[in-house]
Amino acid sequence: MTKLISLISGLIFGLGLTISGMVNPEKVIGFLNIFREWDPSLMFVMVGAIITFSPLYYIFKRKSRPILAQFFVIPSKKDLDKNLIIGASLFGIGWGLVGLCPGPAISALSFFKTEVFIFVACMFIGFYIANLILTKNN
Amino acid sequence: MTIINFTPLSAFTGGILIGFSVFVFFIFNGRMAGVSNIASNALMQSTDRPDNFLFLFGLILGPIIYSVFSGGVVSNMTNSYVLVVLGGLLVGVGTKIGNGCTSGHGICGISRFSLRSIIATLSFMITGILTVFIFGA
Repeated sequence: MTKLISLISGLIFGLGLTISGMVNPEKVIGFLNIFREWDPSLMFVMVGAIITFSPLYYIFKRKSRPILAQFFVIPSKKDLDKNLIIGASLFGIGWGLVGLCPGPAISALSFFKTEVFIFVACMFIGFYIANLILTKNN
Repeated sequence: MTIINFTPLSAFTGGILIGFSVFVFFIFNGRMAGVSNIASNALMQSTDRPDNFLFLFGLILGPIIYSVFSGGVVSNMTNSYVLVVLGGLLVGVGTKIGNGCTSGHGICGISRFSLRSIIATLSFMITGILTVFIFGA
């Protein structure tokens, strides 16, 4: 059953990315282009998602367990380490160069464009490289 | 600064769908729908691998199903392979080291008022904006 939910969640997420325009890198770059011609739309994507999820999260996290799993998996880290800031900053540079972040990049595979396939392949190579660095340092 | 191509209604509607999807994944499967984590775990961890791949498959189906009902999806991106390779590597390395992306930090984390996620989101917004400012749109 969790598999069906995963598929359905991914599908709704993908529809949301499509309707909002996040799967269009040109629009994402327009959002980041605040100093010239700015398209503020994507702020509404974040706001829409947060005001939907946040109250539901606080109402339902008090339940002892999720419907189909043993327990809720909620990130417990609290400290602001340098990996967080370095990692997020590097991600932002890549995001600004192409206009794709992980979710929309995966959704954009549906367009069968060589550029998207290369981007996603490099993103996975990036996960792998970073994992090597992280395990070496720990 | 001038405002162009502003589509608040479709952006907001899409955002609500994304938030709802994150909720469904949370209340049923007990997990946070951070796409970079789901994608890297699908690659590198055997735990929940079928679930992770099915979530990613759902993401791919999204635009396909949307275009069946609407007639098409606009998506324009750079054709510079140098940018595509560099961007993909930076997004992969950065989200893995920083433990999350636009969805994991920007949506799931901020919804929980996580200070880590707020700082991460500010960081990638700032470097994203600076990158577009320097390299042009």
